[in-house]
Amino acid sequence: MGNLKKNWPVITLIAAILVGMAMPLLLGLSAPGFYVEVLLGGLMSGVLYSLVALGFVLIFKASGVFNFAQGAMVLFAALAMARLAEWIPQLTGIESRLVGNMLAFLVAMGLMVGFAWLVERLVLRHLVNQEGVVLLMATLGITYFIDGVGQTVWGSDIYEIHLGLPKTPTMILEGLFQGGILINQEDLAAALVAGLLVLLLALFFQKTATGRALRAVADDHQAAQSIGIPLNTIWVIVWAVAGIVALVAGMIWGSKLGVQFSLTLVALKALPVVILGGLTSVPGAILGGLIIGVGEKFAEVFLGPVLVKAFDLAGGGIENWFAYALALAFLLVRPEGLFGEKHIDRV
Amino acid sequence: MLYRENGQFKTTYRSDQQLLPITQDRFFVWGVVALAFLLVPLVASDYMFRAVIIPFLILTIAAIGLNILVGYCGQISLGHAAFMSVGAYAAYNLVVHAPGLNFLIVLVLAGLIAALVGVVFGVPSLRIKGLYLAVATLAAQFFIDWVFARVKWFTNYAPSGSVSASDVVLFGWTIAGPVEKYWFVLGVLVVMTLLAKNLVRSHVGRSWMAIRDMDVAASVIGIQPLHAKLSAFAVSSFFAGVAGALWGFIYLGAWEPLAFSINLSFNLLFMIIIGGMGSILGSYFGAAFIVVLPLALNQLPRLLGIPMSTAMISHLEFMIFGALIVLFLIAEPHGLARLWAIGKEKLRLWPFPH
Repeated sequence: MGNLKKNWPVITLIAAILVGMAMPLLLGLSAPGFYVEVLLGGLMSGVLYSLVALGFVLIFKASGVFNFAQGAMVLFAALAMARLAEWIPQLTGIESRLVGNMLAFLVAMGLMVGFAWLVERLVLRHLVNQEGVVLLMATLGITYFIDGVGQTVWGSDIYEIHLGLPKTPTMILEGLFQGGILINQEDLAAALVAGLLVLLLALFFQKTATGRALRAVADDHQAAQSIGIPLNTIWVIVWAVAGIVALVAGMIWGSKLGVQFSLTLVALKALPVVILGGLTSVPGAILGGLIIGVGEKFAEVFLGPVLVKAFDLAGGGIENWFAYALALAFLLVRPEGLFGEKHIDRV
Repeated sequence: MLYRENGQFKTTYRSDQQLLPITQDRFFVWGVVALAFLLVPLVASDYMFRAVIIPFLILTIAAIGLNILVGYCGQISLGHAAFMSVGAYAAYNLVVHAPGLNFLIVLVLAGLIAALVGVVFGVPSLRIKGLYLAVATLAAQFFIDWVFARVKWFTNYAPSGSVSASDVVLFGWTIAGPVEKYWFVLGVLVVMTLLAKNLVRSHVGRSWMAIRDMDVAASVIGIQPLHAKLSAFAVSSFFAGVAGALWGFIYLGAWEPLAFSINLSFNLLFMIIIGGMGSILGSYFGAAFIVVLPLALNQLPRLLGIPMSTAMISHLEFMIFGALIVLFLIAEPHGLARLWAIGKEKLRLWPFPH
């Protein structure tokens, strides 16, 4: 009961969000079928946000670095994947798209691991014990650097990634709603891949020796070091894992939207996601991504037209800032995020 | 040899507390200001004014503002371009709705409005810090961008959403030519620099630095985090607002909603990292560096005879910026200003270092 009393602002906020989400249905603004479609669309983009946010959380847990470059890593990996899948068949004469894609994936993975090694060698190693804000700015530098390198090496046009996923939309639940619900099989496949990735990561973290070492470092740097866990190696591993997560996220996004520079701006939305979910929590990243994805879609589809009409705006586009506002609201009532650890200041 | 403070005794409190305690420094600064006002207009070309000097001066004001917040008070902001845009649109609306108002008053009012908005977005800083605050300021950036792009009132119902500023009139003096613009902006910059320099050594500035170094300890010794943080946000946004109004009216002339995008925010942050966090002089160095580097990069391949596409150059610019940020953070966290200070130390001992 005391818990409930203490947590009333959070509970009020969540209740407000839920009521806000139910509003369109209650007020009869939308048909139930359309409502569910919007919900599913939000969940799908939420899955993609979660994937990017996952990389953030992994790195923050293990090294305390707020990795602003995660979005740039997604773009870099996606560009590498797209171009390599194009070049490798040309160079080797491989006909099969599957083999070409597999090879491209492996090479891109190697590149991300190499990138992780370089980051540790050239940047992190020299910035040990610095404040979080300094590290954040360093990753901002890394962001600019790999944006430049990526576009120099891979080119700066819009590229496509053909994963061979089915693109046909299907109708489901025609019996339940009038007109059924339209969903994309590609989206389902993406959600499946994301779920698989999370499962793999969970296994890696829980069941392997390396995973245990990673968790030890995440808990306490000094204690981990004192029992002989090499911090530098751990950082390389965790950046490499985040790089691979970025690659998967980039592949899915790339096949959905095409690989282009604007991916980095979308990837910036992973910041509010981790803030909402808690910087150190993997489930928080997943749930936060879904909440932001759904909230944003609802705001755009249902709240947008109302605002436009009420204030005579020149168009919607609430999507651009809604995620940040939502995260900010959460920050004010619960600064550590949904599942994050509470900070305690010591003088 | 020449640069010594030997024999300069402080016999009054006044002389002990002056801004530049060393006589040679005073002469140097007066000399630089005189040269800037008198000599530069004689030598610089119109292109130099338009592409280099005026943007440098205006961005310096904004960089000083950001430096007060980040360098002196330790509160990070990734949304400072948004506060510039508040200043620019406030000035635009003041000029539209109150024509004939003295532009200096417009400038001050625009700054004050930006300060107000800054305080509103600074309120979360009382509860959250560091990395979390970075996201809160990103929220400010995207939200303010959106407001100016969508709410028609702010752009005076312009159909395309872009606005064009009228001529700047000051006591009947129309500021139109590059040299006049230069004088005006330089004058504003000098005043703002004096203001900043005196603020950071006052008790307000000291409370900012105490909060930056350790906020819990600062509140223990009686500094109110509320006052310190919000005043830093207010002053910082005031500078940004003035810079934004100048950027719109003097430099751009006409601008679209995306003129104050997040890239400008990042550039401002780069200026103070490279120039030196917690240094007014560093803001000058950083702004000069960030303004000149892209232009130099554009010219360099042509001078060296290497053919390079413009896309390639812009990618190169990204790479160099990124690498420099990391390099400065690792090798010289206090930036170019620190190098300047080291040079001055060396000069004091020259030519007979111990």
